[in-house]
Amino acid sequence: MANILAVDDSASLRQMVAFTLKSQGHNVTEAADGKQGLDAAKSTKFDLVVTDVNMPVMDGISMIRELRKLPNYRGTPLLMLTTESGVDKKQEGKAAGATGWIVKPFNPDKLLGVVKRVLG
Amino acid sequence: MSIDISQFLDVFYEESFEGLAVMEQGLLGLDPDAVDGETINAIFRAAHSIKGGAGTFGLNEVSEFTHTMETLLDQIRDGARGVTTSSINVLLRATDCIQHLLKASQEGSEVDQATLEAVSSELEQLLSSEDEADSDNADVDPHGDSLDQTLQIDSESTRVWSISFKPAPHLFTTGNDPVRLFSELADMGELEIVTDTSRLPDFNDLDPEQCYLDWYLTLHANVEKQAIEEVFEWVEGDCELSIELSQESVLEKTMVADETAPGPEPEPTEDDVPTPVKDTKPSPPPKKTTQVKAQKKANAAENSSIRVGIDKVDHLINLVGELVITQSMLGQLGEVFEMNTLEQLKDGLAQFERNTRELQESVMRIRMIPISFAFNRFPRLVHDVSAKLGKKVDLQVSGEETEVDKTVIEKIIDPLVHLVRNAVDHGIEAPDVRLASGKRETGTVTLSAAHRGGNIVIEIADDGAGLRREKILGKAVEKHIVTEDEGERMTDDDVYNLIFHPGFSTAETISDVSGRGVGMDVVRSNIRELGGTVEINSTEGQGSAILVRLPLTLAILDGQTVAVGEETYIVPLASIIESIQIKPSQINMVVGKGETFKLRDSFIPIVRLHDLFDIKNSIQELAEGLLVIVEDSSGPKGIFVDRLLGQQQVVIKSLDANYKKIPGFSGATILGNGSVALIIDIPEMLRLATQSRPAMAYPLTA
Amino acid sequence: MDEVNIQHEQLGDNEQQFMTFLLAGEIYGVDILRVREIRGWERATRVPNTPAYMKGVINLRGLIVPVFDLRERFQLGAENHHDAVVIILRVQSAQGEQEMGVIADAVAEVLETDSSMLRVTPEFGGRVDTRFMEGLVPSGERMVMLLNVDKLLGESIEPSADGMAVA
Repeated sequence: MANILAVDDSASLRQMVAFTLKSQGHNVTEAADGKQGLDAAKSTKFDLVVTDVNMPVMDGISMIRELRKLPNYRGTPLLMLTTESGVDKKQEGKAAGATGWIVKPFNPDKLLGVVKRVLG
Repeated sequence: MSIDISQFLDVFYEESFEGLAVMEQGLLGLDPDAVDGETINAIFRAAHSIKGGAGTFGLNEVSEFTHTMETLLDQIRDGARGVTTSSINVLLRATDCIQHLLKASQEGSEVDQATLEAVSSELEQLLSSEDEADSDNADVDPHGDSLDQTLQIDSESTRVWSISFKPAPHLFTTGNDPVRLFSELADMGELEIVTDTSRLPDFNDLDPEQCYLDWYLTLHANVEKQAIEEVFEWVEGDCELSIELSQESVLEKTMVADETAPGPEPEPTEDDVPTPVKDTKPSPPPKKTTQVKAQKKANAAENSSIRVGIDKVDHLINLVGELVITQSMLGQLGEVFEMNTLEQLKDGLAQFERNTRELQESVMRIRMIPISFAFNRFPRLVHDVSAKLGKKVDLQVSGEETEVDKTVIEKIIDPLVHLVRNAVDHGIEAPDVRLASGKRETGTVTLSAAHRGGNIVIEIADDGAGLRREKILGKAVEKHIVTEDEGERMTDDDVYNLIFHPGFSTAETISDVSGRGVGMDVVRSNIRELGGTVEINSTEGQGSAILVRLPLTLAILDGQTVAVGEETYIVPLASIIESIQIKPSQINMVVGKGETFKLRDSFIPIVRLHDLFDIKNSIQELAEGLLVIVEDSSGPKGIFVDRLLGQQQVVIKSLDANYKKIPGFSGATILGNGSVALIIDIPEMLRLATQSRPAMAYPLTA
Repeated sequence: MDEVNIQHEQLGDNEQQFMTFLLAGEIYGVDILRVREIRGWERATRVPNTPAYMKGVINLRGLIVPVFDLRERFQLGAENHHDAVVIILRVQSAQGEQEMGVIADAVAEVLETDSSMLRVTPEFGGRVDTRFMEGLVPSGERMVMLLNVDKLLGESIEPSADGMAVA
C-alpha cells in the first residue's frame, strides 16, 4: 500500500487521519507542523501528503510550495485539509502546488474516498 | 467501512484545553495599543483548531460557538478590527465558555445555557459593532458544507453529459492525474472517453512531465452539473473545461423531453483521428454516510492521559532494543554454559542491570511534563484578582519548561493558587500606598521554577509590603500559639514560619479573594503530603518570597529497607535524618511522653514499630536494635526497628487498587525476590503512634 | 507455585457454572466467571491494622492483591496454609472492579447447574452468615453453598467491615 505523510498540529485530527489510513493498510508517517513534514518528506518519498493549512512554525501552504520544489515531489498528490471554504485559501494552496483539498469537518469515509481516488 | 472516531476524543479534549490555555495567555498578553501579530495568530490558530476538531468529532455546539469567536479573531488578525480592553474581556469569557462546553461534553455534565447565551450575544454584538470588518467570511457554515451532500436525482431518467477537458501542460505538476478524475466520473455512471493526441509534439520535444492530451468525455449519469464540476474542482484554472447536458433520455415519466439521438455524441472539433477509449463501469450503490456521534462518557475525565514527546518514545524504543540484545546474549550464554564464560555472564548481567536502570529512568521521564501546565493559569488569575482588588500587578513567569511528574503537578496546583492569590491579595499594596512609599505603582509577582538536585524548586515572590513581625507575633500571642516571652526571643524566620501554624489563619486571610479561610497550614500540609517542604523569606517593606521544594516524581522513591521481626518495610530515605544505635543509658521515661532517648541535649520520643504494627518475634531491647531518626512538625522522633537492610529505589504501588488505603502506609512495592513490602508514610505513622501513645508507655527495660 | 487458568465457556441461558472448593469439610462455590486464577499458597506480606482473616498482600504479576482466609472469616477454625490454594476472584466493590484472593483447603470441581436447581439459603442452620450466601445447589449427595463474592469481599474494603469481622 501507499506511503502517506499526515501533517497536522492537532494531534486528534492527525491521529484520526493516520488511523483511518492505516486501517486501509497504508503506511502513515505523522508530522506536527509544516517544517517537520518537509523534513520527513526529504528523507522518505511519500506517495501522498495530507496536510492541515493553519499550523505553527510552517503552515501547510508554505510546506506544499517547498515540497513542489523537490524533484521527488513534482507529481506527487498533495492534499490540504482546510476549514476555509473561502475561495482564497484554496486558490492560495493551488498556486503553491496543492493537488486538491478536503474540507473540514470531514469523516473517515470521505477521507478514504478522496485518498482512494488520488492514489488510483 | 466505518471508523469509530470517538476514540480520538480524549486527545481532542486534551489538545483543546491546551489550546484554550494558549488563547487565554495570548489574550491576557494582548496590548490594545499595539497588537502583536504573532500573538493574535497563535490565538486564532488555537480557536481554529478547536473549531475544526469539534466539527469533525461532532461537537457542534463547540464548533458553532468557536466559530463566532474565530470570525472576530480573524478580523483582528487581518487588521480589520481593533482590540479594546472590553473586547479582550469578552474574548476571555468566550474562552471560558468553550472550556465549559468541552468539559460538559467530556464529563457529560450540564451546560450552563444562560451564561453561554449571554457571552454569545456579547460576541455577536462585538461582531456587528461599527468597527465591523468586511463580512466576507461571515457566511461560512460552521458545520462545513460537505458532510452530507445529497444529490437530487430522479432515478428513472438518464442524463447524458458532454464534457470537454483540455488540461494545461503543467497539470501533472499539481499532482492531479486525469485518470483520477475519470474514475471519479465513472463512479457516477457510464463513461466514455475519447483522447485527443493532436497536441503531442515530436518525440524529441516531448517533456514527459507535461500534459499534451485533451479529452472528450461522455457521461451517462443522473447527476447535476454541480456534481461534475466538483470532480474538476481541483483543476479549475489548470484546464479549459466545458460541461454540457447533451441529452436527457426519458423513461416514461420524466418531464424533460429531448430532441437528439440517443447514445454518446463526442464533440469532435478538428479533423484529427481521436483515439477512442471505452471505459464503462456500473454505478455503485448509493453510499451511506455514517455520522459517528461523539459519545459522552461520564468517566472520560478520569481516564487521564498524558502526551509524550516523540523523542522520549524514541529513546525508550532504543533502550528496549538494547535490552533485547542483552537478553539474547544472556540467552546464548545460558544455553551452553561453561565455567570459562562466567566473566561474560557477569558482564552481561551488569549490562542487563544498566539497561534496566536506564529503561526505568526513561519510563519515569514519560510522566514528566513541564510545570507550565500549572503555571498557565496564573496570568488569568492575577489579572482577575488584581482587577477585583483594584491593584496593578505585573506577573513574571520563568522556568515554565521545568519538568516534573504529572501527579506532582496536579497536586501542587491548589497550593500554588493559594500562594499566588496571597501574594496579590496580601503582598502587593494598593497603587496609592505603593506610590506613597516610593515604589512603582505596578507591583510585581514572580513565579519561577527550576530543578535543584532531585527536586523542583518553585518560588513565588512579590515586591509588596513584606511580612510584619509585630503583626504576626501579635496574632500568634492572641491565638495562644506562642507566649509574648517566647515571641520576643524568636528569630524573624521563626516568626514568619508561624503563618504556617494550624491555628494561625487570620480573619484577614478570609477575604473574598484568598478563599474561605484555607490557611497557610493547609498549603504546607499539602506540600508535605507530596514529600516537599515550604519556606518563607521576607523583608518588611520590600516583599516576600515563598520557596516550595518538591520531589520530581511520586511513582519512585528512594527507600531504606528495614526489618522488624520477619517483616520488611520501606522508609522513604528523604524523611530519615540518621540511624543510630543507642546505649541503655540514653533511654529515659518521660511522664506523658512515653519512652524517650537523649540525643545531643534533647529528649526524643521513641516509636516502637513492632508495637504499633503488632509484630511478633522482633527485638524488644532498644539497645539491640536501631533507631531511625525522622522528623515531623513537632520535632524529631526515633523509630525503633530490628535492623537496616539496604537502600534502594522502589516503585510505589497502591494498596487501594485491589484493597483499600491502610493508615500509616503510602503504598507497597515489590522487592527483588518478588515479595511485597509496605512503604511507611512517616507523618501518618507518627500521627497513629501519637494517638495510641498510652499503650506505648513502656517501662525502662534496659 | 502452580497456576491454573480457567477457561470460560459459553453457556445456555439458564445454565451456570460454579467453581467449588473445600473449606473445613464443607463445599462452597463461586460463580466461575468471577475466578481469575488459582494458585498455590505462598506467604503473604502482613498488613498491620487489618482484621485477622486478612492474611496480607501478595504480588500478582506486579499487582498488590489482598488475600483473605475464609476459614477465619467464617470462624471454622484456623489451619496452616501449607497445602492450601488461593483463588483469585474479580470483585465488584465501591472502588470498582478489584482482584482479591481467598484461601481454600482445596479446589473441588467445576459444577454445572441449571438456575432452577438453585435453592434459597435457609435463614438459619448454616455456619456462614446468610448475607454472604447466594443460595444452595445440590451436587450429588451434598449441598454446595454458593457465595456472593461482592458481599463477602467487596465489603472488606469498607471501614465497618473490620469491626463486623469479629462479631
